[in-house]
Amino acid sequence: MAWLLLILPLVTAAVTALVTRKNGSVSAYISVASVATTLVISVLMLLQGTKDGSSFTWIAAGDFKLNIGLTLDSLSRGMMLIVTFIGTLVHVFSLGYMKGDESKGRYFACLSLFMFSMTGIVLADNFAMMFIFWELVGVSSYLLIGHWFTRNAPVEAAKKAFLTNRIGDFGFMIGILMIWGMTGSIAFEEMKETASAAATAHSKMFGIAVLCLFCGAVGKSAMMPLHVWLPDAMEGPTPVSALIHAATMVAAGVFMLARVSFLLNLTEAAELIAWVGAITSLFAAVVATQQNDIKKVLAYSTLSQLGYMVMAAGLNSTDAAMFHLYTHAGFKALLFLGAGAVIYACHHEQDMWKMGGLSKKMPITFATFAIGTAALAAVPYVTSGFFSKEQILVAAYNGNKMMFFIAGLVAFLTPFYMMRMFTAVFFGKSRTKHAEHAKEVPGVMNVPLIILAAVSIVAGFPLLGKLVLGNHFAHADVPFEVLFVSVATMIVGGGLGFVLYRGKESEPLPIAFVRDKFYLDEIYIAIIRVFQDGVAYVSKALDHHVVDGITSRGSASTVNGLGSLFRRIQVGNLQAYAFLFGVGVILVVYLLVFA
Amino acid sequence: MSILDIIILLPLLGVLAIAFGAPARITALGVTGANLALGVIAWILFDPSKEGFQFVASRAVAKVPEISYAVGIDGLSLIMLLLSVIVSFCAIWMAPKVESREKLYFSSLLFISAGALGAFCSTDIFFFYAFHELALIPTFFMIGIWGSGEDRVNTAWKITIYLAVGSIILLAGLIAFQSQLSQGGMTFDLITLQQRAADGGIPAEAQGWIFLTLLIGFGILVSLFPFHSWAAPAYASAPAPTSMLHAGVLKKFGLYGLLRFTPMLPEGLETWRNLLLVLLIGNILFVGFVTLAQKHLDGLLGNSSVMHMGYVFLGIASWSASTGEPIGPTGAVLLMFGHGVSIALLFGLAGKLRESMGTLEMEKLGGLGKQIPIFSFLFGLAAFASAGLPGFANFSGEVLVFFGGFQGYQGEGFTNLQWATVLALWGVVISAVYMLRAYRNIFLGEQPDGFKATEDVVLMQRVPCTILVVSLLVIGFYPRLFSDLLTF
Repeated sequence: MAWLLLILPLVTAAVTALVTRKNGSVSAYISVASVATTLVISVLMLLQGTKDGSSFTWIAAGDFKLNIGLTLDSLSRGMMLIVTFIGTLVHVFSLGYMKGDESKGRYFACLSLFMFSMTGIVLADNFAMMFIFWELVGVSSYLLIGHWFTRNAPVEAAKKAFLTNRIGDFGFMIGILMIWGMTGSIAFEEMKETASAAATAHSKMFGIAVLCLFCGAVGKSAMMPLHVWLPDAMEGPTPVSALIHAATMVAAGVFMLARVSFLLNLTEAAELIAWVGAITSLFAAVVATQQNDIKKVLAYSTLSQLGYMVMAAGLNSTDAAMFHLYTHAGFKALLFLGAGAVIYACHHEQDMWKMGGLSKKMPITFATFAIGTAALAAVPYVTSGFFSKEQILVAAYNGNKMMFFIAGLVAFLTPFYMMRMFTAVFFGKSRTKHAEHAKEVPGVMNVPLIILAAVSIVAGFPLLGKLVLGNHFAHADVPFEVLFVSVATMIVGGGLGFVLYRGKESEPLPIAFVRDKFYLDEIYIAIIRVFQDGVAYVSKALDHHVVDGITSRGSASTVNGLGSLFRRIQVGNLQAYAFLFGVGVILVVYLLVFA
Repeated sequence: MSILDIIILLPLLGVLAIAFGAPARITALGVTGANLALGVIAWILFDPSKEGFQFVASRAVAKVPEISYAVGIDGLSLIMLLLSVIVSFCAIWMAPKVESREKLYFSSLLFISAGALGAFCSTDIFFFYAFHELALIPTFFMIGIWGSGEDRVNTAWKITIYLAVGSIILLAGLIAFQSQLSQGGMTFDLITLQQRAADGGIPAEAQGWIFLTLLIGFGILVSLFPFHSWAAPAYASAPAPTSMLHAGVLKKFGLYGLLRFTPMLPEGLETWRNLLLVLLIGNILFVGFVTLAQKHLDGLLGNSSVMHMGYVFLGIASWSASTGEPIGPTGAVLLMFGHGVSIALLFGLAGKLRESMGTLEMEKLGGLGKQIPIFSFLFGLAAFASAGLPGFANFSGEVLVFFGGFQGYQGEGFTNLQWATVLALWGVVISAVYMLRAYRNIFLGEQPDGFKATEDVVLMQRVPCTILVVSLLVIGFYPRLFSDLLTF
């Protein structure tokens, strides 16, 4: 049954891309039916606790084999549920959001391709298979970001996303190869047995190998310094941002770290991973406070929360990281789809200062968005975000006091920037015509919002958390300091955000340096100009003048000489060739006779 | 008479028929189509559980030294045979309308096809060599007569002389090789030579310089750095079907040769491995950067084809008799197939684009995706295949090559081979950069003003494109179909 999870979306992608491509609506319904079926299967597997996995040999060289095999444990069953659940809701929401799109068929085909690839990552029982689907996820993301390919911005964003991920995958592959060499296997189960011996025998190289593996997560989960693609990826359709660039694909890096947590536990290099997460979470939270595009705010918020998860994973609390991944998937998908509803209602306006007063015009969107905001801000006891963020803070508290301080700072900034956006979008007066005429979105878009809002409340409750993740998170065990920080930062940050931005017409405190993301993109572009394009230019010149000059310019003049010689004695090309062939024959005879 | 005799003979019979007035294009398509079918039949009849060569047939040509026209295939040559028949058929199908000397045009293509097939199926190294020479002459004609660009005659000369020089060096190497194994009678029979080599035939020192000679000879034919500068201009200037056949099939002759002879010269590879690693990194990184700087699509594809040869060389370089499994060479073969098919599709499509747009300068193109969606889709598949995306044959080869590079790694510092593998992995980033850049510039984004409308891939032309794409996908999804055929 588990294989169906892989086969179904692949077949759907093929059918919708090749057979029903011209009929967008048929493609859409086929895709929705397919993803809903996978959701049912995931639920059944979760309830039954299905364990068995099976595999087949994909490629073999002598006794060396790469397998395609499934692993079903509590980690993959839980992740599978998250992916198919959010996937289903996003598919349904897309029915409304992409209704008038002329390439709806292509859109749904790519969504199915994404579901196929993501499922592969989640169920993979070895690194080779994970890498294969890792790359395929990158392609589906490329295709979906660039969905509106006749405009330049989405196309550039898609390219940037793919290439940035490729850089991460460069390290990922090196890591896989090194770990394979040291543990003698790429299958996760088999690695568990040999990893600790390898870690003691070559602790330095083992640490490097783990950091190389982490590079893959840096690319996919958009950690610094490879974070630049994710905000740009917001050029894609908003449901895609919800599914891929908030809830599932970008979480794949964290999932991968959870999958190999037994490797992280064996090396001190994990602390570096935690630092990357911590710095990213702070950087992104700071930048989020100055963004005006509502999707950009959410994108930076996603970066920041992913940083949280990576930090927890680096501090050997992958359970906390997965718990936050799970609640975050729900409320961030909700926020993105809510933003999508707002954007849809405002005729594709995304600047929060051109909105305002939407609370009365879109009551359902408003209410659900409020719940999503509360969950992200971690309102105590009634939201899922509270319980999971608390676990992250506990991990930092137990692990590293400096990181705990950073995490607290982020916990303060998060409600701040969310209240800023929430106030600007929903309260005050409508500041443009589009906002003035905004209407509530149709039911097919509202229903997913309502479902996700419900999830954002209940997902953190221990019973549900234990069902999905197989882990029990006891709120009672949380130290008082952590609880205090969590609640106080939420109240101060949220309150400050509300007071500062209430009734404002535009950004009252513009800080260009922060708004422009510390000019990192510009710096990267300059580096690429100098190193990549510069080296390319020099190489081309060298190739032409030096390499060709030495190896063939000499022979080229011989050619010309021969050519004119033949022309003078009035013979054509064929004879010239025969001459060369003759030289060859003479050489054969010579060597045969005299050698 | 073996099925292989028919496969080699058919294109030559096609040439004969064309000479006697049969319609050129139809005849060429007919014989290559029949060859495609026969190739698949050979694949089905081939028994992977058997050691050694199958479908063998032999006719003695000379007694002293022993030369015979002998054919036979093992897994390696079967895969090359399939590559040849697939690309030949598609190249001829995708040939544009020929304005002048149509007979010579299609006869030349058939000669190239027959030469490649003969070289891959021969188990006698004299014929192995001679068949490859047979394919060189028509390449010269194709570029000189139907090529594009002012400089085509010079380009034709350059590739021909360059490859002829390579062939002569190769010949010297082959003769030296067989003379080392001539105790018990001088022979060119590959199977006999293999046995003699396995029985401890060639002393280590001789292996060293024979291997080096063969490496340079074969290397020139495969555009091994720094002997690559013939390739890109030739492919840019040659008519599309010639580029398809040459870059896709004929160039693999050199790699095929190295894969054949290296097991008989294990000490030779050990001696020269570091040199080979340096040269192949030249292919991957240096030529990779050269590719990045290209402004024309044809130059980009030509250079990318040179670059990707580096990965096949890496697969060969990782070969070691002492450590474990033949991971690298298996990857090399899969990659040869994947590269051959994908570069053929890319050159074929680029040819169509040149025909309809009048230029391949990327700055002048743009936003074609809206206008010619099927063409863009096909080009995108081939570009992603070439950039090593999973699901296509190229990836399955590349990934094995990388694993081959790290075989035997235990956790100590990196060997030269492993450093080369790491650098080669960076090449994967580079190829994604130039492929996506090219795709973005030509097919995506806004269209430049005053753009001339063009036609999408017509129904008939979808057939060869589909054959090529399906070949890539089948082997990409289930590479075991090929990897199980291989024994090294």
